[in-house]
Amino acid sequence: MLDRLEASLSFYKNALDIRDKRQGVLAANIANADTPNYKARDFDFRAELDRAIGASSSATGGGMPLATTAAGHMGPQAPGSVGAGTELAYRNASQPSLDGNTVDMDVERVEFMDNAVHYRANLQILGNQIKSLRSAMQPER
Amino acid sequence: MSITSLFNTASSALTAQSQRMNVAASNLANADSVAGPDGEPYRAKQVMFQVDAAPGANVGGVKVGDVVESDAPFREEYNPGHAMADDRGYVRMPNVNPTDEMINMISSSRSYQANIEVLNTGKELALRTLTLGE
Repeated sequence: MLDRLEASLSFYKNALDIRDKRQGVLAANIANADTPNYKARDFDFRAELDRAIGASSSATGGGMPLATTAAGHMGPQAPGSVGAGTELAYRNASQPSLDGNTVDMDVERVEFMDNAVHYRANLQILGNQIKSLRSAMQPER
Repeated sequence: MSITSLFNTASSALTAQSQRMNVAASNLANADSVAGPDGEPYRAKQVMFQVDAAPGANVGGVKVGDVVESDAPFREEYNPGHAMADDRGYVRMPNVNPTDEMINMISSSRSYQANIEVLNTGKELALRTLTLGE
């Protein structure tokens, strides 16, 4: 029964993890706005979320664990992990600068704010879900 | 990557930008220093920013890699009465360009503000995450 609880929360947990990761990438872009030759990075939120959901459903729904007999064998990815293998893309610069830096401060700040709002929305929904689960667990009165 | 690493990134940028402002202030303050410790006029300095990524990470904070001196020619000012004047009556003045320094200062303070905003947002998100489910 507890894995059902986990499953009901794992979607928002994954989304929150990826929002968090994106927040870090955007913060690094803003921090490096004056670094020569720095190329602004970002990743596709949707693709990353699809990947995380796919990983968690194959790991939890797969049933049997993978047997490993040698140190070099790779196990399945941990459920719902936002792997270190996120593919970071480079942003297309609309106004390239002479020093090779492609950070456009307006774009980065808008994306940062947008991501922060989504993060908050995600937290709110997750919080509400926890609340409703909790009220369902209250004893009968 | 988590909210705390966002703090590290933004604070590294604050440090780097304030160092840049410090160098610009030093350049402006010494715009008329005709002789430094070595007897030569003051040379304008500039910071070189570098990405400060952890090993294996694609993105990271920023650090000041180097402080370089400008090798632009010294400004020559005609002032025969000056103690440092050469036999033609010219004094060699520092190669500081006050316009450049002011622009550096403005650009730097804007970047500083942007990073403060990143810190504030990160702090708010972290605090909200701590109260999740209450």
